[in-house]
Amino acid sequence: MSANEKKYDIEKMRKAHKVLKEFSYELKPVVKGYNDRTLYINLATLEIREKPVPALMKKKFIGGKGYDLKLLWDAVSGDTRWDSPENEICIATGPIAGNTNYPGSGKSLVTTISPQTGIPIDSNVGGHFGPYLKFSGFDAMEIQGKADRDVLIYIDGNQGKVQIMEAPLEATDSHVVAEQLHEMFAANEREKQHLSVVSAGRGSEHAWIGCLNFSYWDKRRKLPRLKQAGRGGIGTVFRNKKIKAMVVKYSGLTGKSNNPVDMETLQKTGLKLHKEIISLDDKQCHMRTIGTAHLVEIMNDYDLLPTKNFRFGSHPDAKNLASWVWKDMFTQNVPDGCWFGCTMSCAHGIDNFELRTGPYKGHKVLVDGPEYETVGGCGSNPAIFDPKAVVEINFYCDTYGLDTISFGTLTGFIMDCYENGILNRERCGGLEMTWGNWEAALEMMHQIARGEGFGLIAGKGIKFMQEYFAKEYGADAQFLKDIGMHGKGLEQSEYQSKESLAQQGGYYLTNKGPQHDEAWLIFMDMVNNQIPTFEKKAEALHYFPMFRTWFGLMGLCKLPWNDVEPADNAKYPEPNKVPEHVQNYVDIYNAITGDKIDKEELIRQSERVYNFQRVFNLKMGHGKRVEDHPPYRAMGPVTVEEYESRAERYDKALKEKQNIDPTGKSTEEKIRLLRQYREAQYESLIDAVFKRRGWSKDGVPTVEHLKEIGMDLPEVIELVKKHL
Amino acid sequence: MKYLKTIAENCTGCNLCMSVCSKLYFKEDNPEKSAIRVHRAANGSYALSVCDQCRACVAECPTQAITVNKLGVVLINKALCINCLACVAACPTGTMMTWRGGLVPFKCIACDACAKECPSGALVTEIKED
Ligand code: SF4
Ligand code: SF4
Ligand code: SF4
Repeated sequence: MSANEKKYDIEKMRKAHKVLKEFSYELKPVVKGYNDRTLYINLATLEIREKPVPALMKKKFIGGKGYDLKLLWDAVSGDTRWDSPENEICIATGPIAGNTNYPGSGKSLVTTISPQTGIPIDSNVGGHFGPYLKFSGFDAMEIQGKADRDVLIYIDGNQGKVQIMEAPLEATDSHVVAEQLHEMFAANEREKQHLSVVSAGRGSEHAWIGCLNFSYWDKRRKLPRLKQAGRGGIGTVFRNKKIKAMVVKYSGLTGKSNNPVDMETLQKTGLKLHKEIISLDDKQCHMRTIGTAHLVEIMNDYDLLPTKNFRFGSHPDAKNLASWVWKDMFTQNVPDGCWFGCTMSCAHGIDNFELRTGPYKGHKVLVDGPEYETVGGCGSNPAIFDPKAVVEINFYCDTYGLDTISFGTLTGFIMDCYENGILNRERCGGLEMTWGNWEAALEMMHQIARGEGFGLIAGKGIKFMQEYFAKEYGADAQFLKDIGMHGKGLEQSEYQSKESLAQQGGYYLTNKGPQHDEAWLIFMDMVNNQIPTFEKKAEALHYFPMFRTWFGLMGLCKLPWNDVEPADNAKYPEPNKVPEHVQNYVDIYNAITGDKIDKEELIRQSERVYNFQRVFNLKMGHGKRVEDHPPYRAMGPVTVEEYESRAERYDKALKEKQNIDPTGKSTEEKIRLLRQYREAQYESLIDAVFKRRGWSKDGVPTVEHLKEIGMDLPEVIELVKKHL
Repeated sequence: MKYLKTIAENCTGCNLCMSVCSKLYFKEDNPEKSAIRVHRAANGSYALSVCDQCRACVAECPTQAITVNKLGVVLINKALCINCLACVAACPTGTMMTWRGGLVPFKCIACDACAKECPSGALVTEIKED
């Protein structure tokens, strides 16, 4: 009997299960990266069935996020809200997903109608669930309807069986339930690596920023690791449907599980990248030793690390959160990849971390991360410079099923409101939300998990709070708008975009809201000045979002694309695209599917889905130009303090860019002039980008453009016509 | 640890070791399937490359398919291998091998078969301190 079995009464939990529905399906091998069927589950009617993927769907939507969005589109109407029973959670992989020899090939794409934005959200997540779902027989699964009590969904990919069962006794918090279920569903120690669990947590039950955790079994630590589908409240929808967890079991994985047409090219390309990573990572991005947290000091040096709710981009105490601090805390344990064969191995962990607060106080736990976004969001942005506090926030966000980016950004917002007198101790239910008060931030999170107090308000996100504070406390709505770092309802991720117009577009001209996964252009734009004109910026804001959408169609991770570069990358034209790696992707896609695409067709595949998602936003009553604007704090200094802290920079901008002599002008006047200019620049950027993307001035994809790219499905054309 | 020591100066390039190795483990005479490789250098001498049991691959394997036995020999458990080739990339001496069409890598396990046959005394199985 293992230590875990003693820790939890697994037998008792198992006995309490009541199978509500069982479904058997025929096992078939994956062919050229596809199953050509998906799994449909309805929790209200207990219907479970398989659906064939029509040829047209495969051709236009390719896989991954494309499949998710297509299934979701068919399931919802324009009136569907996040908590409507017809809303779905869709999880898909893609033709490359599950490959074991090309780093970063194990991602799942998750979508739903977001509680925060009212439009589709998509998240790209590691862990083994997606690939195991695929090899169990399904390219995607959709979950519709709501259960009336806590249920567990179990997929046995070796027996061809899907079950929905009542699961009253398992924990809700992710670090516990994941461990319980790995234990429960594995016949022996070895089988634990053949399982993956998806779960949320108690926080997801009360907040709109709920996330999902996707597990994989860490053989060396003998514990489950958790990767997050973080953004936009997918965990909230999950708990609203009363899903406690989902488990998939599949054994039999090999390098050939995708049945590729050209194994040799696949292996050769994968091996080439493995070697590149192993030999160059120490000189380049340190993903294998530190992960994305290596960015902290770089961002701080370039004035890009958000501090005090994005007022500033650096802080003297940021050194307390620098990479060397994390390196000391991480228990080095290569391979730390979130899928097999990822030699990039960015997924680091801290072992035996003793918690200082909350229901698990005193427990020594394994914490996954922190990654850069978490350090920026939950550390520097609310001015929390105690690394242990950041780790604890990270831990509780994960186990409660809360998105660290949204939590960090909204905590910064709350502290800003507190300092500005919009909030006070009483309004915060006794919490003193001052800069750096990590204990108050954590207590607020525990309140979210308990569903009480100020936590209930905070957990609904910045957009909700803006309306609430204006209405309840008479706060200045314009000021709240200026300092509330969200777009379309989604909190911004953790880069300072004030000095990069292109990145403002990279954040706010996105489909789902300001997340950096579409385009990260700050260095190209601000540091290296490679895209000086509107046309060049627009080209970058076309190419990179389209290119990066493709990872989501495939089930790929972004990091091995440009977080390692071939040693001679700079020698080639357009090194920012990492041309050799783009060719690798074309090669492995063709090697698996037998298709013959080139790098132009790769962009076309993405363009179809990207435009479809834009039209989907329209379908949900959004998706127009008015919603594509940043809060002013993402563009320039809102307050006198901000202006004066970087006075030299802004004075220079007034002189050089606007031909205005700043001498003798009051700071307020200078702020106003700068703002006028920057807001006008942003409008010009929108014009250029929409034109390049084939959209109308109002941001609606034109019929001609949809025809040209081959996304002229009748329902899509019918919809855009109403808005053109 | 037990390992196959090479004395390249003695090698005459007869390639017998490659035959012995591939025949023993793959039932065919095919240098691509030999865990030891004989390379002819520019100056007419020979170089031998074979695993020195350094264990770099052990740390890299995501499924713990690679282990070290009591004698210090590094072994691959085929049943656990998921064919990611990370070990191949991690091997500092390029002696974690693959063959075209193969999925599981292979390597020298210091079995001594080739050393026994080598007519020139270029190979000897030895024990060295860890
Ligand atoms: S780079 Fe990191 S996130 Fe991406 S697949 Fe590898 S381990 Fe996962
Ligand atoms: S195969 Fe390579 S990495 Fe593994 S023990 Fe031998 S020499 Fe070392
Ligand atoms: S190829 Fe097999 S033995 Fe080598 S690292 Fe991958 S799983 Fe381990």
